[in-house]
Amino acid sequence: MSEPSKEVNRHTIAVLVDNEPGVLARVIGLFSGRGYNIESLTVAETDHVKGQSRITVVTSGTPMIIEQIKAQLGRLVPVHKVADLTLEGAHVERELALVKVVGKGEKRVESLRIADIFRARAVDSSNNSFVFEIVGAASKIDAFIELMQPLGLSEVSRTGAAAISRGNKPI
Amino acid sequence: MARKKMQGAEIVIEALKEQGVTEIFGYPGGAVLPLYDAIFKQNQIRHILVRQEGGAVHAAEGYARSTGKVGVVLVTSGPGATNAVTGLTDALMDSIPIVCLTGQVPTHLIGNDAFQECDTTGITRPCTKHNYLVKDVGDLANVVHEAFHVARSGRPGPVVIDLPKDVIMAMGAYQEAGKAPAEKYSPRVKGDQSAIAEAVRLLAGAKKPIIYAGGGVINSGPKASKLLQDLVKLSGAPCTLTLMGLGAYPASDKQFVGMLGMHGTYEANLAMHGCDVMICVGARFDDRITGRLDAFSPGSKKVHIDIDPSSINKNVPVDVPIVGDVGSVLADMIKKWKALKPKQDQAALKKWWGQIDQWRAKKCLAFQQKGDTIKPQHAIRRLFELTQGRETFITTEVGQHQMWAAQYYNFDKPNHWMTSGGLGTMGYGLPAAMGVQVAHPDALVVDIAGEASTLMNIQEMSTIVQYRLPVKIFILNNEYMGMVRQWQELLHGGRYSESYMESLPDFVKLAESFHAVGLRATKASQLDDVIKEMIEIDRPVIADIAIDKLENCFPMIPSGAAHNEMLLGPNDKAEKPISEQGMVLV
Repeated sequence: MSEPSKEVNRHTIAVLVDNEPGVLARVIGLFSGRGYNIESLTVAETDHVKGQSRITVVTSGTPMIIEQIKAQLGRLVPVHKVADLTLEGAHVERELALVKVVGKGEKRVESLRIADIFRARAVDSSNNSFVFEIVGAASKIDAFIELMQPLGLSEVSRTGAAAISRGNKPI
Repeated sequence: MARKKMQGAEIVIEALKEQGVTEIFGYPGGAVLPLYDAIFKQNQIRHILVRQEGGAVHAAEGYARSTGKVGVVLVTSGPGATNAVTGLTDALMDSIPIVCLTGQVPTHLIGNDAFQECDTTGITRPCTKHNYLVKDVGDLANVVHEAFHVARSGRPGPVVIDLPKDVIMAMGAYQEAGKAPAEKYSPRVKGDQSAIAEAVRLLAGAKKPIIYAGGGVINSGPKASKLLQDLVKLSGAPCTLTLMGLGAYPASDKQFVGMLGMHGTYEANLAMHGCDVMICVGARFDDRITGRLDAFSPGSKKVHIDIDPSSINKNVPVDVPIVGDVGSVLADMIKKWKALKPKQDQAALKKWWGQIDQWRAKKCLAFQQKGDTIKPQHAIRRLFELTQGRETFITTEVGQHQMWAAQYYNFDKPNHWMTSGGLGTMGYGLPAAMGVQVAHPDALVVDIAGEASTLMNIQEMSTIVQYRLPVKIFILNNEYMGMVRQWQELLHGGRYSESYMESLPDFVKLAESFHAVGLRATKASQLDDVIKEMIEIDRPVIADIAIDKLENCFPMIPSGAAHNEMLLGPNDKAEKPISEQGMVLV
């Protein structure tokens, strides 16, 4: 067979699992044990009736590695479905970040202005600080954080990506 | 109707019975006392008391591999569970179905660093196919049923059920297997029909085909071995087997070109290298098979049949992947072949066989038995010849003797060869032989061993004697960790660092101290008599065979080399010294 591509690409993978003890450890252990990357990983129960959780994992690798990751995830007993959102048509990917900025005077005003441009909301404020909530693609959040750096950026909490396919079909 | 309540421990035993379990291998301890009490009160399931938990898992592996059934292990919490870890990893690597019940401290003490507590599910998560911690007696029966289903379905493997003491002491209702909720785990069995058609088309059109089969054929059952033979006969292709696959195709057949890989035959490896179509059946392109990856079978179209999608395209990219049970896929391929009645290029096939015969003419497994010193190859060959006509099962430890056994003992039937292939666990063979003998009380069971490996689980001699298992331990004794010594000779300038076994026991006296029989051969002239006596004695025997101390295992593909760079014997020096890259590989 012709030499497979060595190009490393970022993939967003959605995994439906039984919400049982140890399932997250199984998934994370698989990634660390086999030396795969995790850029971000989010998990929460999404179907309370069936007791299923959805894990969104952003990873990177060559096509062969990505195929391995999906096959390895797929053979875990509590895993119901593995979908590569990056390959399976268009998808929406969002991350939420809470960004604490400490400062006074012009810097404080400037941080508000930038927040407005990025459609970030102030969810907490004190005399000399704001906590902004921003939602968007990881690159947008990166850009926002970078701009906040000189304005008194003090702390960041990010959720990692959640993603879903576009259109009327579920994964 | 209200169900009769039983104690959790009784529920477990009841579920084992319903799963058809008749033997379990185990070792008691505080956390599993209620289970041992439940075992005491019944007589359907026989418990084999091992001497260390590691032995229990290997015994269960031998039992499973030789019967096709699930092997069952029962150990206590903490050290009982951690001692089982090597065996579980071994079973995972070699796809052996095992259910291992581990005791656990009561649920309210979990996480408290209680006496004999360990995080069993945490420790065994990466070395099992699946594991469970049962926290409610109401779940017990279903978990046991599901564990057996998971262990034996798809690609088989070990499953751990961790049982807190309060759960097995609580009262609960039993749930029959059939009434359990629908199985959530259902791997794909049937292969994709268009891929199967493509595979048949490729095989039929090949000028230089080869069929490369592995342990998956054994796991799929004896029917799959039969189908493999049918396909090989239909296609006229040569067949090679991996270490784990030996017996899946009869070694005595002329289309068999021997085992492939690091210590495989010249003809098998060169045919793999030179083929134009490769059909891989239930094997996984392991690094012992492929040698240097970028030089592996460069000109071939590859078809890979495997029940585990993660085995496909893992090491070697293939052209036609087929996910499914090899038995089912082989049956479909044969059906398609017969419907298609393909016209093969007979002239090309004849030329291919001519080439293979030239490679065969090298006689890569030839050896010379001269003088008094026993050559290990000769010892195995005589063992093979003198055990013909009997139902014989062979287990091995790990090292040179294992490779010699694979090369010189010929297997014509599946499930008669038990070896630790993936993990390479020294100390596997003796307890595995014990498990095989438990399953086949009237058969001849021989552990082909090295003196170093044997000592790793020698305590199980005590079990063997207790249960009157007439297992034969056939030690090829060179007073070295032979394979380590061979690599040190090859890669480290003959500096035999810590590979010499000083202070070895007298194996004859050791056997006698266990109330078994000890035999010894130090000269070639004694070999046959010792083997015959060993076979005839209806008791456990350790036969200590003093072999040529410096004999090496050939042919060999040095690490980091390609299939066509094989070393055939001690006089055959590698053209290039082994590279740094090669030395890094094990």
